[in-house]
Amino acid sequence: MENFNITAEDQVSDLLQWALSNNKRLSIAGNNSKATLGRPMNVDAKLGLSGLSGIEMYEPAELVMKAKAGTLVTLVEEELGASGQQLAFTPPDYGPLLGQAAGLGTLGGIFAPNLSGSNRIKAGAARDHLLGVNGFTGRGEAFQTGSRVMKNVTGYDLCKLVAGSYGTLAICTSLTFKVLPKPEKIRTVLVYGITLEASVALMRDAMSSVHEVSAAAYMPPKIASKTGIDYLEGDVSAVALKIEGPAPSVEYRCAALLKMFEGLGRVEELHGHRSSTLWKYLSDVRPFSENQTSNVWKISIPPSNAPAFIKAISSSLSGLEYFLDWAGGLVWVSVPEGVDNAGDVVIRQNLKGSGHATLIRASEKLRKEVLPFQPQNSVIAKISERIREGYDPQRILNPERMYPIVES
Amino acid sequence: MPLPDRSVLEKRDMLVRRLKEIVQNPNGVIDQEAGLRAFECDGLSAYRQLPMVAVLPETKQEISEILKFCKAEGVNVVPRGAGTSLSGGALPLADGVLLGLAKFNKIIEVDYDNRCAVVQPGVTNLAITDAVKADGFYYAPDPSSQIACTIGGNIAENSGGVHCLKYGLTTNNVLGVEMITMDGDTIQLGGKHLDAEGYDLMGVVTGSEGLLGVITEVTVRLLRSPKHISAQLIGFPSSEQAGDCVGKVIGAGIIPAGMEMMDYYAIHAAEEFCHAGYPLDVEALLIVELDGPEIEIEHNNQAIEKIAKECGATVIKLSQSEEERLTFWAGRKAAFPAIGRISPDYMCMDGTIPRNQLPKVLARMGELSEHYGLRVANVFHAGDGNLHPLILFDANIPGELEKCEQFGADILKLCVEVGGVLTGEHGVGIEKRDLMNEMFSEADLKQQQRLKCAFDPDGRLNPGKVFPILHRCAELGKMHVHNGALPFPDIPRF
Repeated sequence: MENFNITAEDQVSDLLQWALSNNKRLSIAGNNSKATLGRPMNVDAKLGLSGLSGIEMYEPAELVMKAKAGTLVTLVEEELGASGQQLAFTPPDYGPLLGQAAGLGTLGGIFAPNLSGSNRIKAGAARDHLLGVNGFTGRGEAFQTGSRVMKNVTGYDLCKLVAGSYGTLAICTSLTFKVLPKPEKIRTVLVYGITLEASVALMRDAMSSVHEVSAAAYMPPKIASKTGIDYLEGDVSAVALKIEGPAPSVEYRCAALLKMFEGLGRVEELHGHRSSTLWKYLSDVRPFSENQTSNVWKISIPPSNAPAFIKAISSSLSGLEYFLDWAGGLVWVSVPEGVDNAGDVVIRQNLKGSGHATLIRASEKLRKEVLPFQPQNSVIAKISERIREGYDPQRILNPERMYPIVES
Repeated sequence: MPLPDRSVLEKRDMLVRRLKEIVQNPNGVIDQEAGLRAFECDGLSAYRQLPMVAVLPETKQEISEILKFCKAEGVNVVPRGAGTSLSGGALPLADGVLLGLAKFNKIIEVDYDNRCAVVQPGVTNLAITDAVKADGFYYAPDPSSQIACTIGGNIAENSGGVHCLKYGLTTNNVLGVEMITMDGDTIQLGGKHLDAEGYDLMGVVTGSEGLLGVITEVTVRLLRSPKHISAQLIGFPSSEQAGDCVGKVIGAGIIPAGMEMMDYYAIHAAEEFCHAGYPLDVEALLIVELDGPEIEIEHNNQAIEKIAKECGATVIKLSQSEEERLTFWAGRKAAFPAIGRISPDYMCMDGTIPRNQLPKVLARMGELSEHYGLRVANVFHAGDGNLHPLILFDANIPGELEKCEQFGADILKLCVEVGGVLTGEHGVGIEKRDLMNEMFSEADLKQQQRLKCAFDPDGRLNPGKVFPILHRCAELGKMHVHNGALPFPDIPRF
């Protein structure tokens, strides 16, 4: 096994030519903080792109930044923060969830898997902010797609194909993305003692209100007390609603939401620091980072299906823990080790064809036995495989990381 | 356009007969010239072509069978919604079947629990908002043609509108798409949940201009209508100052719901047309719309006013009522017909540029205008850099259309030159097809066409659109591997 630490674009090109002519398979990573996400791979060489780092262009008034794929997300956020801006989709850091240190994530490691945090429901996903990509396909060919402007419908939107492909189609070397102003103020409205069913209805009402809620989560008592936030101690469940914007607007909307929900349970308001801490904690899935032995699922579902889904899987799988983000549309589930196939069949069957479940954390053995990514309909699988055939005909890039390779 | 395939034209009678067997409604297959005239062009009316035959299926089963049949017979298919494309995306082919989705015009479900609506592709953009308005919701993307254009067409074109800056384009507001492939297979991409489970096929189908599949159902995200909306009219002695103001507003952390700019010509034409109360002594006019809680609007309006004054604004007018706000917009929204009144013909361009390049682009456009002897008026989605120059010409004067097209091409090349793109929201279609090489290298165009090969390897869906040269999929599949035996002594190992 060869490990290459890439520091320049032309090295990527050289390595691809070498791999193509010698039938070598490559794993593509930034800092390896998510190396255990997806199916285990048999590769001949590992490419680490964290050395391909640096901001290439940043124009705050144009709301755009371009940076090399190996640039640390923390570095990008720091640079943006200095100009009062941010990545609005609140990129999560799965490092600690996956047993790694915090702060290792790179831009490529956020955009290639299309990972978004709690603000996804209002701000959109990582893919919605990706404007342009430079890189090399699995054919070894340099490519560029998209641009640096916000509005662009020139040709196919291949940025969407790159985002979510987990490095199986191309190696990104630079990414151009939209950035947005950082809100002047952040507050969180908490409503305590809410049941699961009532929480989803509450979050629906909050999201359907005129108060522009930017994130909504539900924490059962055990999860709430893990956050370490004083206002969430006391073994009681809580719905959290995030409000952002100019100070007078935030104050007004918080007051309105507190009034709206005070009849449902005790209400409280978190200010800046506690709010930021809580939302980062939830986006990064920290409730499940301490106990590394459990298996963790990320489940995307129509929000109104969440309560019945959780009831159903809880009755079959004992000892599971969960919390809801995205107003109920994202269910994080931790299944104790020892449960057969991490509850794969129970979880996926209970989706009833609506949504998808990804096994984000599991042992290598489990990730071989259970498909970490949701099995696909045969027509979609066929088209996806043909897409791979187009961009990586020899299947040299992260082979089998998402799905087993089938003949197209 | 590609030359018509004679072998297809020769079997036209058989194709029509078989299509009539597939489509149950006796009026669902149109093969007479009088009926076909209705489909001969879309919103880009300079290009016209009668289709070989038009079909108006009423069930998904019929669409699937039509596509399978056309694939088997080697016949091209052009899908069409309302035909409002401004780039010729729905221009028929002489040897092709025009597949109209007009009969798929039902709203299937409004689901407030999940804040979405499931609709058929032939539902108009505005009809979605109309269906949920009474309950306080709306569908955000609002292309100017929203009264007529269909949601299926919006998916195909990834349509925008004046509120993109804050609310995104179609692609950011669609949750699910059901479509039928050229093989006749029905697939559901996305749904009422978020994000794709594998490759984001819905993401690439959106904006694919009808080249990848036929959309049969769409799930769109519904948003709560804002409680308060206000608009400011801000006039400047120069477009540089107006552009500067736009940048500074955004730089101050304010993302308006809409931020539109009009130049001198556009202001005068619009004012004369609908008396919106625009100042006539300014070179550039901004309409800045804010939505949200009243207190936030007030807060931001004050900030914007301060910035505008610093940038040299000579006129600042805040809408005092909903009626006045709509009047401010009336001029902007009527800008195209207003231009139509002062000129026999006009052509609307659609490039996007980095905003800070606006002064340069406007100056160069002025020079080009002199060079070609054609007037140009500009309306501009200033917030997101999407420019709509309207070139005024008279198609009855021989050579003027060609001159106008040349002028338009020069403008789009200029957009690309300053770091922008050929089209921000109207699509490539046939209009900008031959300019694709200005923006993409041959290699990058091939990368794009490889996507097409995964969906429609025979190239039956909407051929001749978007790409200047069609490569065969077999050719695109070939690999060129250089000698890659180097052991890279210079790459650090870890």
